[in-house]
Amino acid sequence: MSARPFSREQRLAIIHGMLVFVVIVVVLQLWLLTATMNAWLGGDDAVVWPAAAASAGCLALNVGLFRYLVRVERTRRGGA
Amino acid sequence: MTVPSDPRAPIDPAINTPGREGLTGTAPANLYAPSFDREQITIAPDFTPPDLQPAWRQDFPIDWPQDLYVERRDFMKFMVLTSAAFTVGQLWIAAQNWYRRRSGQPPRQRIASVDDIPVGGAIGFTYPNEQEPCLLVRLSTSEFVAFGQKCTHLSCAVIPRPEEGSFYCPCHEGRFDLRSGVPIAGPPRRPLSRVVLEMRGRDIYAVSVEERTT
Repeated sequence: MSARPFSREQRLAIIHGMLVFVVIVVVLQLWLLTATMNAWLGGDDAVVWPAAAASAGCLALNVGLFRYLVRVERTRRGGA
Repeated sequence: MTVPSDPRAPIDPAINTPGREGLTGTAPANLYAPSFDREQITIAPDFTPPDLQPAWRQDFPIDWPQDLYVERRDFMKFMVLTSAAFTVGQLWIAAQNWYRRRSGQPPRQRIASVDDIPVGGAIGFTYPNEQEPCLLVRLSTSEFVAFGQKCTHLSCAVIPRPEEGSFYCPCHEGRFDLRSGVPIAGPPRRPLSRVVLEMRGRDIYAVSVEERTT
């Protein structure tokens, strides 16, 4: 069974929703990077690996959303 | 009764001849049906019909909803790349941390003799390597402190000002307390790295470096 095609308006709404989410996650990553750098330069290395793991998790989330967007594009009316 | 057509009659090759629509092998059944695909409609930015648009826009039509979609998709791609860059930054910190731990504590190093520094005076030295300038300050006859010379804001070299009781960073007017190295003015937020000292007879040794957040 083929995926239900999205209309142009639906795709625009989907990408707007994704963008809001991705921008929030990227801002969170920026904060995480600066906080980790500050802690590490101050000699506190306990947060380094958990922060790296959290950042990698955020990246995986963003890449997953982008892959979903590519999938949405493929289901557009009239094929790829 | 209908008379069968003469099979020898010449065939009209045009597919739009009345009576030939929908014949298998000549034209699709919906050839003459009006097509209406919303994906293919070009919408101007002011949403007015194409006939009301200026000539240049009729000559070079842009599908604005599609254009909006594509630019948001490109922006999202850029944000995902930014996210990847931040993750690389985190991994770089982790790699540097691994390297720092692997290096262990620096070796003990003689800095100077007590007699080399007058009270209220300071001398410069490097510790634990040549790239790390430090300052040894004599606060009183028996009190010595040593700190890294790099400002914790943007790594400018701080200048000791014992008469004011502070280290001064000329780049952005930062100040650190002379006794503790904690920031007291300007943009720096972290204290100067502290060099742990040890007295052996009349010699002063640096034994380790303490990075601090507060």
